[in-house]
Amino acid sequence: MADITLDNLVKKFGRQTAVDHLNLSIKDKEFVAILGPSGCGKTTIMNMISGLLNPDSGQVRFDGKVMNKVPPGKRGVGFVFQNYAIFTYMSVYDNIAFGLKVNKIPPSTIDKEVKAVAELLQVDHLLEMNAGKLSVNDMQKVALGRSMVTKPQIFLLDEPLSNLDAALRSKMRAELKKIQQELGQTTIYVTHDQVEAMSLSGKIAVMNFAVLQQYDTPHNIYNHPVNMFVANFIGSPTINFVEATFQSGELILDDFQGFHFPLSSATANQIQTKLKSDKVVIGIRPEHVKVTNGKNGGNSDIKAEIVNYELLGARTVLYMHPSMNTENIIKSTMPSDFKAKNGNFASLTFEEQHLYVFDKESTELVWRTEATWHQSA
Amino acid sequence: MASIRLSNVTKHFKATTAIRDLNLEIKDGEFFCVLGPPGAGKTTLLRLIVGLERPEIGSIEIGDADVSEMHPSKRDIAMIFQNLALYPDKTVFENIVFPLRMQKMDEKTIQKKITKVAKQLKIDGLLEKTPAKLSGGERQRVAIGRAIIRKPRVYLMDEPLSNLDAILRLEMRVTLKALQTDLNETFVYVTHDQVEALSMGDRIAVLNDGKLQQVDTPEKIYRLPENTFVASILGSPPMNFIPCNANGQNTAESITHDCFEISTTSDSFKKLFQAEGEKQNLLLGVRPEDINIHHQNDTDDCIAAEIYVVEPLGNETVVDIKLGDNIIKVLADADFIGTIGEKVWITLRFDRLHFFDKESGQCLLHNSKDSVSRIAPL
Repeated sequence: MADITLDNLVKKFGRQTAVDHLNLSIKDKEFVAILGPSGCGKTTIMNMISGLLNPDSGQVRFDGKVMNKVPPGKRGVGFVFQNYAIFTYMSVYDNIAFGLKVNKIPPSTIDKEVKAVAELLQVDHLLEMNAGKLSVNDMQKVALGRSMVTKPQIFLLDEPLSNLDAALRSKMRAELKKIQQELGQTTIYVTHDQVEAMSLSGKIAVMNFAVLQQYDTPHNIYNHPVNMFVANFIGSPTINFVEATFQSGELILDDFQGFHFPLSSATANQIQTKLKSDKVVIGIRPEHVKVTNGKNGGNSDIKAEIVNYELLGARTVLYMHPSMNTENIIKSTMPSDFKAKNGNFASLTFEEQHLYVFDKESTELVWRTEATWHQSA
Repeated sequence: MASIRLSNVTKHFKATTAIRDLNLEIKDGEFFCVLGPPGAGKTTLLRLIVGLERPEIGSIEIGDADVSEMHPSKRDIAMIFQNLALYPDKTVFENIVFPLRMQKMDEKTIQKKITKVAKQLKIDGLLEKTPAKLSGGERQRVAIGRAIIRKPRVYLMDEPLSNLDAILRLEMRVTLKALQTDLNETFVYVTHDQVEALSMGDRIAVLNDGKLQQVDTPEKIYRLPENTFVASILGSPPMNFIPCNANGQNTAESITHDCFEISTTSDSFKKLFQAEGEKQNLLLGVRPEDINIHHQNDTDDCIAAEIYVVEPLGNETVVDIKLGDNIIKVLADADFIGTIGEKVWITLRFDRLHFFDKESGQCLLHNSKDSVSRIAPL
């Protein structure tokens, strides 16, 4: 058992606030990702959980027990860093066995455990090799293995995949998820990569400028971001933002020279009750912008010029300039067989059920269809 | 503006061969990406072009002139690095005009040139600031501005975006591509990021272990990879490789895996069966987006499998499934729901199957639409 409670944590470095009154509750066996841009306080949070840093105020509790005064070595926490910190003069075997030897585990048990972990991580053929001679990918696996083998109750991972090549990263992502579900340790995973956070975790804590923005399941973070920062940070390509005015039950798209986007009366009413001002920003994810080539779309379509496109293999991303006097570029993700050409005209549409409506001033979400909301467990 | 030609170039560093017998033609005005893992020889290739290294064998031409023996400063190449090397104590203006000052250009021409460049890069409002006051993306633009203002014949870029965060990188990709289209100059862009290569390159050269693997347009290199290395460096998640056997005993030839059988009478498959009666070890390559996943056994080409891990990404879902002893990745819709251990069925898209020799990794066949007669579960 190991659930983690962070209670009103504050950490400052000089005048800089690294973590600002953070409250977070992580359940036993949960996989939580801490996601945010560089400098948002992610690693500081980790270091306070592990005990490498002391909070200025607030508490770190494991299973209700205050840990603030407990030294790092006694907290039962396993670590994996981005830079692997393995012993390059030791063999792979000795590296993995290190934590067990320190804990005076009998050699026969050590041997069994090391081999099991090595097999899981597919480094079993490298056990006799000097760790300094390993490839970057294998070093990272050894670093993971060294921590896994001690079976810590809490596993802290700080960008452990960021030095790996893309193919291995995608493979290790699935393996990490599988391993965590099998071993069931409480895992906290720090990353700036939204794909890793989305794919691995049960819950994501999105940080920005030392402040927790949102703590929820990947599904809800993607579909119900609390503000424009979260909406923009999650999803690739990023969400489209269009400035609009809410007026007599319609959205007037200011960025598209007053294009009228009609709303159902139910939606209009819901927006009306939550709105503080009529100035809003609407968000539309690129996968929800439907594009047809040519100018011939219906009257309700927005005409746009394709200014750029990217063939990304499985998908094509279109960058379109609506044919109104605006600087706005609208992105759309289309299947890879979409025929795109720069300078061609296209018609684009989107549906009410896919809209995100934000208050322009506060940037907070004011409306989103309830159909995509999942009650978190 | 100039083309670049490398002929039979080889470069060693002590015992390691960094570049092996490389032949490459980069066209004038082309956005040319060099893609490869760390240690592939990408940076060495750039250093050879710019003249910081000299080839032991082979020659390098820029335009129509052999520059193999020419001093770097005479080659008229601009290089933009990952760490931008801006002067921190100089303003943006001074940083950009530095090369012109070195050329002792008169003040009026300098003003005219910088106005144009600053506008092109949308940094006209920042000219009086120092680099420390700029965002990562703005600094990147200043570094590019300093290169553009010289009007070099060729631009070389060594992973210029890798220090930027994800969102900025996305934005700079579009900026760089638009800039190159606008300038119509030769860009050689080195990266380990397949998305950058696919999205910006007119053509991509894939490099591994100092050897050229393939050169082609992004579309062709993605659709028709010549070997397993190229197939796996492109795409996210990358292509799946499923070990299979080609059996050519009878007239009805078949390719078998523990879980399915592909039977064919098509001539194009002949080359997979080298000798009559002999078993060939193959890798069936199929991309995650070319596999469909079903909750029911709907059609007779459905192959039974089991869910290993589900990775929701928001706009889509990566489903890792167990197919016999193999784990393969499938790209499913955002609303796909599945649990670990659940039994599912997959179908493979016929016209997107690739067959590789297991030993050499060379592609033997890219399947076209009708040449597979039947895929059936076993």
